[in-house]
Amino acid sequence: MTYFPAVLLFALFASTVFGITQRETPRAMIRYGIYCFVLFVGSAIALSWLMFFIAR
Amino acid sequence: MATEENKNAAAGSGSQSGAKAASQPAAQQGFVYLPLIAGWLVPGAGHFLLGKWVRGSLLAAAILGMFVTGLAMHGELYTSVHNILEILCLAGDLGNGLLYVAGRIAGWGAEQVQTTVGDWGARFIVVAGLLNVIAAVDAHNLRTGRKS
Repeated sequence: MTYFPAVLLFALFASTVFGITQRETPRAMIRYGIYCFVLFVGSAIALSWLMFFIAR
Repeated sequence: MATEENKNAAAGSGSQSGAKAASQPAAQQGFVYLPLIAGWLVPGAGHFLLGKWVRGSLLAAAILGMFVTGLAMHGELYTSVHNILEILCLAGDLGNGLLYVAGRIAGWGAEQVQTTVGDWGARFIVVAGLLNVIAAVDAHNLRTGRKS
């Protein structure tokens, strides 16, 4: 398994639990779960590019 | 006089708490920590006990998925600790409840992490345990009425 699928799986599982446990209504759970997923994946991509430029 | 006021206040609060207890559903009575303990031992079980089948199924799928993915990546189940970081990882692993016990008995996971992917796998297993603790606490909050 490469890094990016691992990030996607991690983000999927973690954001599912965060969404269900941190919000009360189903609609808010879905919205918060998507928000967490995007933050997980987005921050991983942003940090990867940051490290790429630092390493150059 | 003061005693009489205290008596009235006590009687008032007593009748209020009685009314509150009567308004609580039957599921709110009994051992209050059962969903917390069940949810820790088996992912999603705390929500199943409270009749939250969809939430429980999704939580169980996510936590089991994280745990199994970690094992598939040849992650390590922490058995002995030598430094503070390993103590924290073991604490996270213990959050998996019976999954961790089953893994120890059956000898799941790598003996020692030797690859990068295996290191990620060990982190997946630790985080699965931490997510399971969050889910168990959520079941407890549902049980006590702190969350609906």
